[in-house]
Amino acid sequence: MTALLEAVDLFKHFPVRRGVFGKAHGAVRAVDGISFTIEKGKTLGVVGESGCGKTTTAKLVLGLEDPTGGALRFNGEDVASLDAAGRRRYRRGIQAVFQDPYASLNPRMRVGEIIMEPLITHERHDTPELKRRLERLLDLVGLPARAAALFPHEFSGGQRQRIAIARSLALSPSLVVLDEPVSALDVSIRAQILNLLRDLQAELGLAYLFIAHDLAAVAHMSHTIAVMYLGRVVELGDANTVATAARHPYTRALFAAALPSHPDEKREEIVLAGEVPSPLNPPAGCHFHPRCPSVMERCRGEEPKLRTGIRVACHLYE
Amino acid sequence: MAPLLELKNYSTHYVSARGTRVVKAVDTVSLVLNSGETLGIVGESGSGKTTLALSILRLLPMAARKTDGEILFEGEDLLKKSTEEMRQIRGKRIAMILQDPMASLNPLFTIGDQVSEPLRVHEGTPRRTAWQKATALLKAVRITAPETRVREYPHQMSGGMRQRIVGAMGIACEPRLLIADEPTTSLDLTIQAQYLALLRDLQREHGLALIFITHNLGIVAKMCDRVAVMYAGRLVEFGPVRKIFDQPRHPYTRALLQSIPRFADSRNRLTAIGGQPPDLSAPPLGCAFHPRCPDAIDRCRGEAPPETGTTNGHTVRCWVAGS
Ligand SMILES: Nc1ncnc2c1ncn2[C@@H]1O[C@H](COP(=O)(O)OP(=O)(O)OP(=O)(O)O)[C@@H](O)[C@H]1O
Ligand SMILES: Nc1ncnc2c1ncn2[C@@H]1O[C@H](COP(=O)(O)OP(=O)(O)OP(=O)(O)O)[C@@H](O)[C@H]1O
Ligand code: SF4
Ligand code: SF4
Ligand SMILES: [Mg+2]
Ligand SMILES: [Mg+2]
Repeated sequence: MTALLEAVDLFKHFPVRRGVFGKAHGAVRAVDGISFTIEKGKTLGVVGESGCGKTTTAKLVLGLEDPTGGALRFNGEDVASLDAAGRRRYRRGIQAVFQDPYASLNPRMRVGEIIMEPLITHERHDTPELKRRLERLLDLVGLPARAAALFPHEFSGGQRQRIAIARSLALSPSLVVLDEPVSALDVSIRAQILNLLRDLQAELGLAYLFIAHDLAAVAHMSHTIAVMYLGRVVELGDANTVATAARHPYTRALFAAALPSHPDEKREEIVLAGEVPSPLNPPAGCHFHPRCPSVMERCRGEEPKLRTGIRVACHLYE
Repeated sequence: MAPLLELKNYSTHYVSARGTRVVKAVDTVSLVLNSGETLGIVGESGSGKTTLALSILRLLPMAARKTDGEILFEGEDLLKKSTEEMRQIRGKRIAMILQDPMASLNPLFTIGDQVSEPLRVHEGTPRRTAWQKATALLKAVRITAPETRVREYPHQMSGGMRQRIVGAMGIACEPRLLIADEPTTSLDLTIQAQYLALLRDLQREHGLALIFITHNLGIVAKMCDRVAVMYAGRLVEFGPVRKIFDQPRHPYTRALLQSIPRFADSRNRLTAIGGQPPDLSAPPLGCAFHPRCPDAIDRCRGEAPPETGTTNGHTVRCWVAGS
């Protein structure tokens, strides 16, 4: 079976210029050769520290940025070689929900218009059909029909995120990119939204690309997890294995740093030294080597690759 | 031994300029904290956590027109101190690390100037000595190459470094109590782990008491001895951390603990809390949690529950759990 979405050795380098018209000198290697697949109806979770390239990956998948290398395949077709109609299909098939429900909704539009906007731009429907669809979308995300006539400021954070989710579903996408969808919400509301996303996945067969800093939430939502460090995927695997039996030294440190859910829950203490280096000048060899507790001589010069089979990019596992 | 800090029926109400809008941001809160202990204050956005911290420091904004109750620090009521006395206490005896580290750092001054400032102000330390001490403090908060960092500016530091620098400013005069208002969007996990480990070490070395203000129950589980759970300006439950995690009594605390994802039971459905957090300018009558509470009885809709169970150090404000 072909995967819904496949990324093959994907790159996104941003040129760095002095001044607006200056010559490029160097590049931010935001995404630096990553490969993954997302299956129909399944969730790929992406974790990693700030600046490791998660949002850039999301933008590449959404077609909001063009890769500077590598390829994306959607339903087996190379996205770069799609014709105009194919590209439209691809754009409609992948929708997004972002972190901030306050910023992502136009304050001057009514909720009904906000949700229906993609449908009106992309499809032709008569008014009764639009009304029927709007009601179904509101119902799917647990909002009352009368919400359609109100403005975003009349809703709480959690409800606004429901509105953003309803909007993302208007064009019946097969993949929804969720970039930190609950981190701006109150703790007591997060479970509502996570449950809603899981219910929608079961009901509509949606696939998700789920990005979050909260590792327990990612483990809860995902079928597979990709761990990123400085633009590269360092470990990729079944969510449970990555969360409880990680192998890559960075993944182990990351999950060791996750906070306990009970005062008596003891986690391995791995306090990493130093800061995440800049993607402008990533360390040679294994990007993680200056902070790695298991670093060896070859790690300083030779880049470990994520191989099929053991999907851990680390010389310890070769 | 008398507690280091004790709040007795303390309230802060924000009143709008015309007096028409009243927000009971902190409402009759009582709690205790001993020397060297860590207290976690948890609650959703707007539940009054920052207001409570600012009240202890007497740094409330103008709109906080009405305060009531007592705040005893080392046995003395802070509300009765003069402005000058409070200035002496702030930074020296009680320090606070703000939610946003950039808010505490002046972009125009060097790191060294800013870390040595509390020393010069409170202890009259001469500039040279204060700078030397600042370098030592930066080292204590694990800033690498502190000798060069003291001459640099805030924009040259990463987020994690800024947080630690603000931490260094907080402990400069070796306060008895340090209040840390956690950023809502968390720091990177490995950086956060470094920071928490550092605060723990400082606490051990200097015997200081900590108050952690956070949304994150994980931080509470990891760091705290006692927990104060706030909801709509009220302290709904207060007790030792294990009691709160093992035998939570208030329905909100119970629901909150059940709603967080855990690694152990990964793919099970979460137990969500229904409804929305209350609007504090028009909170529900009676117990503010009643519209979302699965255990609510008639009485909860009309009458606010009192605080009960003070004997064993575990208190709760609930008609059902408290009886
Ligand atoms: N348009 C751009 N031009 C130049 N650099 C960029 C651009 N967008 C992102 N970057 C850089 O690329 C790197 C990856 O950024 P990205 O936003 O993908 O990180 P992230 O993993 O989503 O981080 P966070 O967890 O903080 O959201 C960062 O160093 C960022 O500064
Ligand atoms: N200067 C002010 N004037 C009027 N109302 C205020 C003022 N500052 C805060 N409030 C209100 O007081 C209540 C408590 O606010 P506070 O900042 O203490 O909450 P918090 O628990 O710290 O929230 P967060 O988790 O978002 O930081 C809120 O309803 C808020 O709107
Ligand atoms: S390749 Fe070397 S430096 Fe990189 S994670 Fe593995 S052991 Fe550590
Ligand atoms: S007082 Fe009533 S409504 Fe409030 S928490 Fe207790 S049972 Fe629930
Ligand atoms: Mg991002
Ligand atoms: Mg606050």
